[in-house]
Amino acid sequence: MKTRHILEIARALLMARAKQTLVAAIGVTFSVAFFISLLGFMEGLNSLLDGLVLNRTPHVRLYNDLQPSAIQPIDLDSTYKGYHRFVRSLKPSNSRKEIYNADRIIQKLNSDPKVFGVAPKVSAQVFYNLGNVELNGIIHGIDANEEARLFNFQNYVLDGYFMELETRPNTILLGSGVAKKILAKKGDLIQVTTIKGEKFALKVLGFFQSGMVEFDKTQSYVSLATCQKLLGVPNNYITDIQVKLVEMDQAPALAKEYEALFGINTEDIQTANAQFETGSSARTIISFSVGIVLLLVAGFGIYNILNMMIYEKMDTIAILKATGFSGSDVKKIFMTISLSIGLAGALAGALLGLFFSILIDNIPFDSMAVPGVDTYPVDYGLQYYTIAILFAVATTFLASWFPSQKASLVDPVEIIRGK
Amino acid sequence: METKIVLEAKSIYKSFYDPVKKDVLKDISFSIQRGDFVSVMGRSGCGKSSLLYILSTMDTDYTGELFIDNELVTNQSDQELASLRNEKIGFVFQFHYLLHEFSVLKNVMLPGFKLNRLSQEELEHRAFELLRKLGIEHLSSKMAYQISGGEKQRVAIARAMINDPLLLMCDEPTGNLDNKNKEIVFDIFSELVHSFEKTLLVVTHDQNFADNTHRTIRMEDGRICD
Repeated sequence: MKTRHILEIARALLMARAKQTLVAAIGVTFSVAFFISLLGFMEGLNSLLDGLVLNRTPHVRLYNDLQPSAIQPIDLDSTYKGYHRFVRSLKPSNSRKEIYNADRIIQKLNSDPKVFGVAPKVSAQVFYNLGNVELNGIIHGIDANEEARLFNFQNYVLDGYFMELETRPNTILLGSGVAKKILAKKGDLIQVTTIKGEKFALKVLGFFQSGMVEFDKTQSYVSLATCQKLLGVPNNYITDIQVKLVEMDQAPALAKEYEALFGINTEDIQTANAQFETGSSARTIISFSVGIVLLLVAGFGIYNILNMMIYEKMDTIAILKATGFSGSDVKKIFMTISLSIGLAGALAGALLGLFFSILIDNIPFDSMAVPGVDTYPVDYGLQYYTIAILFAVATTFLASWFPSQKASLVDPVEIIRGK
Repeated sequence: METKIVLEAKSIYKSFYDPVKKDVLKDISFSIQRGDFVSVMGRSGCGKSSLLYILSTMDTDYTGELFIDNELVTNQSDQELASLRNEKIGFVFQFHYLLHEFSVLKNVMLPGFKLNRLSQEELEHRAFELLRKLGIEHLSSKMAYQISGGEKQRVAIARAMINDPLLLMCDEPTGNLDNKNKEIVFDIFSELVHSFEKTLLVVTHDQNFADNTHRTIRMEDGRICD
């Protein structure tokens, strides 16, 4: 039996019930379209929200933690070598906050092929002065070029050209929350006091909005040099080295490696932001479940219609069998019918899904929390289209299995005798 | 002409068990030679249709042995029986049973698709020739539901002939045709036997029809009575 003939018979049977077939195919089309647009939208939103934090978080952060020394004097005394030693009320010594030999470490990191880029940072505790009132805050000294290249810094700067941080000394990008509190406008001079009590005047260059309100209420950005000046330290004073890797997944392993290599504290992104991973994967699971349920419902639609078609076409099946078509030929014919409904529906659904995605992508989405985004985000990942089509075809295949089996077992004698 | 046995039944029994055991066929044994034109007659319920379904290999629920073309077909698998039916047996039913989704020509060609011995063009040519011999070639492109009862029966005969079978089996082929169409169908059958040396087994109620065949098997209460 040639495939061509099976196709021809299947097509004729399909055409005879064109309307029902169309309804079944539309069921598949819509479920595939919704599956694709739902997952694309969900994933777009996920990556946007994760990006809020993850894009701006270094994959590995190198810093000096304030902690008591791991080796205490008693450990050096050979008298107590074999003993358990208990030391209570340990306090950290006034160790330096800056990273020792930061320049060399940065050089070394930059030559590592696994490293995408390195940005140094200095953080300083300050008070923003507003008349008599002092507001707590943190000022970060950054390398604006690297920060922009590695962590999309420019996306979060409102109303101001961030590169001027580098070219104009004593300028600041105020956190939008801070600016609101101290009523600062662009071009204003603001006063900050360092924890050592020194006062500085800084010119407001623009505003910074991360999307996390608590963050924006305290944090501001200046250039590395300005920050070092605030702290009164030399220009090799670096408190943080932020590393962006080529592969984010390598962060935990590399963090350990750097910790051992440089004798410094490290923190990887996975540890620092474990909750984001959990949130995204839960959301992805939910949207996948909804999508798959949609496809299953479409599968039941096909099952129903095929069942009905087989009842209607008993005579046809009987005559095919009487003239020498075997059960497996009949089964192939009905499977072909179902699979072509499934495949046509799925392909149309993929197109419709793309259309829905484009539609969602053009809906205005104006959120204060998410700067740099003005329409709803959509992920056009090919994987959703592939999964949807494969799953739709698999569902129709399964849905047609039992009806086709039943068709293949029709006893022609019963049908012909029954007339 | 050399005589050759086309179909042979050896002591076939069949019973229905629902609702109570009822023997429909008892000890049926006979054979048909090549080129025979055989009719089976009997009253309603005497088992002639049941016999036909067994001989046609569609019904496998019986005891005894059945040979077609000197090959034992009892207990063959469904797959084997299907291809045997396809190749060696042609069918004509009382209610013509054409597939309404297809054109007349396609209906005739269908068993040929399964046999897959001829190319599409050859098959189409053969189907058209058959329709022409049966005088209905002008209907070939019509859909099956658009033609009259007598025409349908002739299309069914063409379909039965498409794979050039050894044996043609007909179940009341003239049962619901008017006299004119009956005559046409009978003439076609005679022609098949005489000119094409086909073997025919026809179940019928029609005494006239039976009288004109070479041999009549009469059945009563599940037995052959002469």
